[in-house]
Amino acid sequence: MAKKWDIMITGCGGQGILLASEIIAEAAMLEGYDIKKADVHGMAQRGGSVISTVRIADKVYSPLIKYGDADILLAFELLEGYRVSKYVRDDGVFIVNTQRINPMPVASGREKYPEGLEDKIKCNAGRVVFLNALDIAKELGNFRAVNVVMIGVLSRLMDLKLDSWKKAIERLVPAKHLELNMKAFEKGREVVG
Amino acid sequence: MDKELLSGNEAIARGAYEAGVQVATAYPGTPSTEILEAIGKRYKGDIYCEWSVNEKVAVEVAMGASFAGARALSAMKHVGLNVAADPVFSLSYIGATGGIIIVTADDPYMHSSQNEQDNRNYGRHAYIPVLEPSDSQECKDYVVWGIKISEEFDTPVLLRLTTRISHSKSIVELGERVESPKPDYVKELSRRVILPAFARKLRLKVIKRLKKLAEFAEIFPENRVEMNDTKIGIITSGISYNYVKEVAPEASVLKLGMVYPVPPYMIKKFAESVDDLYVVEELDPFIETEVNRLGIFPKGKSYVPLYYELNPERVECALKGEPDPVPEMPEDAPLRPPVLCPGCPHANVFYHLHRMKMIVTGDIGCYTLGALPPLNAMDTCVCMGASVTNAIGIEKALGRENAKKIVAVIGDSTFIHSGITGLIDAVYNKGHSNIIILDNRTTAMTGHQPHPGTGKTLMGDETFELNYEELAKACGATYVKTFDPYDVEETAETLKEAFEHEGVSVIVSKRECALLARDRWKEAMWVDVEMCNGCRICLQLGCPALGIVDKKAVIDEVLCIGCGVCSQLCPEDAIKTHKEASAKEVK
Repeated sequence: MAKKWDIMITGCGGQGILLASEIIAEAAMLEGYDIKKADVHGMAQRGGSVISTVRIADKVYSPLIKYGDADILLAFELLEGYRVSKYVRDDGVFIVNTQRINPMPVASGREKYPEGLEDKIKCNAGRVVFLNALDIAKELGNFRAVNVVMIGVLSRLMDLKLDSWKKAIERLVPAKHLELNMKAFEKGREVVG
Repeated sequence: MDKELLSGNEAIARGAYEAGVQVATAYPGTPSTEILEAIGKRYKGDIYCEWSVNEKVAVEVAMGASFAGARALSAMKHVGLNVAADPVFSLSYIGATGGIIIVTADDPYMHSSQNEQDNRNYGRHAYIPVLEPSDSQECKDYVVWGIKISEEFDTPVLLRLTTRISHSKSIVELGERVESPKPDYVKELSRRVILPAFARKLRLKVIKRLKKLAEFAEIFPENRVEMNDTKIGIITSGISYNYVKEVAPEASVLKLGMVYPVPPYMIKKFAESVDDLYVVEELDPFIETEVNRLGIFPKGKSYVPLYYELNPERVECALKGEPDPVPEMPEDAPLRPPVLCPGCPHANVFYHLHRMKMIVTGDIGCYTLGALPPLNAMDTCVCMGASVTNAIGIEKALGRENAKKIVAVIGDSTFIHSGITGLIDAVYNKGHSNIIILDNRTTAMTGHQPHPGTGKTLMGDETFELNYEELAKACGATYVKTFDPYDVEETAETLKEAFEHEGVSVIVSKRECALLARDRWKEAMWVDVEMCNGCRICLQLGCPALGIVDKKAVIDEVLCIGCGVCSQLCPEDAIKTHKEASAKEVK
């Protein structure tokens, strides 16, 4: 069977999720795949939960992934990763940034950020990679590079050429931030042994 | 041939370029905004484009261009078409000199909207053809088709998108721009002055036109049958087509690229050739009703839900006759509702309105989030501009003595869109309204578009900058003032003065949107834990950068832009900039 990837990306508004899904789609397009990618703009982006889907195959119809069918979950925030974990296949791959961003009900002290999410996520997944992408991005000097660190990890788990990833990043990241983002991409790649 | 990964909206822009469109207009509104943004970014050399002040204006400008023989496109979100409905219904009678397309982007599931109206109904209501693409390639192609149909049949064309089409990306093959007609104004009194005597004749033209369009629908190549197993036949269109292909690849499909008028013969033939006939469509039974009118009764809305967006699993269950599936979500995950951004200049205004126990009529924009806890500072939100006029009505009902407790809150772009008429109404009808214009120097909710208050156009030119104070005075407001919402004391004083004033007051809360300003703000605020007494007053701002840990306030240094409002509110003086903190250590 031909290759196909159904990728779900989740996190909070403002984490650079749209750019991450653009890079994935662009890299796959460079290798001749058909692509459908779905995002939600507007109100949800104001700090709310954000979900983006990228589907890659020889021919793709629906931009949305069927419940329980995602191959890979790229979670930019721990709670958001846990929230949609049932969308992923039983033997699916989870890449989870362990960064915690308190939602308003938690920040205001009305609810608690749930504990033990790493273990719960592990139960739902075939393979899991946990990393703190925020710490890596901060070491590089810009916390906004979290998204490209995540792309670096993903690139080790998808069968696309390194060159396609690099070209996609070059095309989509503003020139003045390119060097930083290339470093972030490499750091992400080093996470997977 | 060149290929590009484009969103549906970007593909509409490309289609306008390739179809030889010369004038494009819009008022921003999710999910339609990126159409004109893309035209402004990539094609402004070939297409005149503008952010119009509202959708009615947008359609009328496009219409004028068509009168003069140019090809025109006007784009809006679904509720925007309600605002523009008046000219659109007349445009149906007048028809097209230069081809004219109205793009409506509907929002099933209300991702970013107040209702779920299905604008295909406008096609039936106004007797105009409706095209419905199902991916980005079709978005581009249907603009080209739309201009052809418009010019050939002397009709405006409604191009209907939904959020999933507008904001999904897929691969598009690019073509060349066709040559446009040279604009030339020719006077045609009997069709452009719709006096009753002329309109009666035009009405007959419109009815005849619809018949001709139904004949065309039979041969329109974008209405096509994909014959497969004949056990199940599905009539579908738009995004639903993709879900059908995904979950029922074996079924025979009649895909309608034009959903109004439908091709009667094609539908009858398809219905006869399959055992079990379904109609799969999002929202209203629009195609189903048309099919019913042919005396055919497929499985439609009794199987496919009438509400919210469809998706592959919902369509799969509908076709199996199973109940609508609800995805299983963990119960122990706290929700993450959208919130005002860190440093949002609106937060302080809402903080005060809540404390003053005002009746706050609200409006459409990011600031509608001020209705949610902990700010709880909004009582109503109806449609663009309704804050001002709702406040007038509440005052008339409660009596003049209660005017001091009522305030309308409206964004800068929304005020220009349709708040000005309400202001004039308030003064004219001897009201005592209080109006706050939240001027954050941009159209923030839809992604920061310029508007008449910013002095910039979509084409990137400098232009006259609307002065709210001068405008308010000219309309007859007698208390007019601008204040800085980052200054807590100034804000409190201005609100108090304005509400106590006898006549109509207009106050302008002026501060650039925090999302635009954040790159220039360097220093995050900082909490001195020893001084914090855990009173939680700062948390009442609802700022996402503020939280509480071990009964003490904490500030997320990544999120905080250092606006300083929380620091001014703190009764213990515990919130400081790092500079202040280090100065203290030196002492």
